[in-house]
Amino acid sequence: MVPINFYIGLSAILFTIGALGVLVRRNPLVIFMSVELMLNASNLALVAFTRVHNVLDGQIFVFFVMTVAAAEVAVGLALIVTIFRTKHSINIDEMNNLKG
Amino acid sequence: MTVNLILFLVLAAACIATALGMLVSRSAIYSALFLVLNFGTVAIFYIILNAPFIAMSQITVYAGAIMVLFIFVIMLLGTDVLPQPQALPWQRPAAIVLAALLIVEAGYLVFFGSATGPTIPQAVESFGSPQDIGGALFNQYLLPFEVTSVLLLIAMVGAIILTQKDKGGR
Repeated sequence: MVPINFYIGLSAILFTIGALGVLVRRNPLVIFMSVELMLNASNLALVAFTRVHNVLDGQIFVFFVMTVAAAEVAVGLALIVTIFRTKHSINIDEMNNLKG
Repeated sequence: MTVNLILFLVLAAACIATALGMLVSRSAIYSALFLVLNFGTVAIFYIILNAPFIAMSQITVYAGAIMVLFIFVIMLLGTDVLPQPQALPWQRPAAIVLAALLIVEAGYLVFFGSATGPTIPQAVESFGSPQDIGGALFNQYLLPFEVTSVLLLIAMVGAIILTQKDKGGR
């Protein structure tokens, strides 16, 4: 088998790419996708740890992370659609006041 | 080089390449499609790691439902072709430096720090089977499971309330 460190390293690389996406990109949709990538990276690490320690709890936790991510995406995309309706733009730099 | 290692390296290269593709694509649609590919490769990693249930959930929930929602919103807004002005000139180099710091730190911890763990043991035959997951989910983790259903309901109601157009007297 492949050593566990390789999986954790891959997870770290994916997490860094996601963080870079959040910092660099200007489109809130792509920022959202980068957040999903970071969640995915942490899920990969959790599943790898589950495999090493031979307990199932990590996989259950990944399942819950997936459902919470689905809920988060639904509400977040609804917010983006609402912001687009009021401002007619989704440039992240223009989202700087609470009251549209 | 065993077969397992070659398989891992090829899949990891595909995984990182698709993640980078998502990062650098100018069009949000291409980003979303790269991310679907990335989720697919991560699902194959889950299968290798004896987690078939999680792999199938990954395909159906992430690559299926969530990314369809993303692509739907991208096409609904139609902002894909708008020019994206770069507001802060120092932002990109600063972000790259910070990301490099993060990856160096994580790499140090993974390969030299206390995270250096055991090699993966031989799993028992049925480890991580859907029966085991279901048993754990409906016995030990029943309450969080039910709370998750309430959370999904709240998210659904919230999304509908947020996106409905204001009608007349409201």
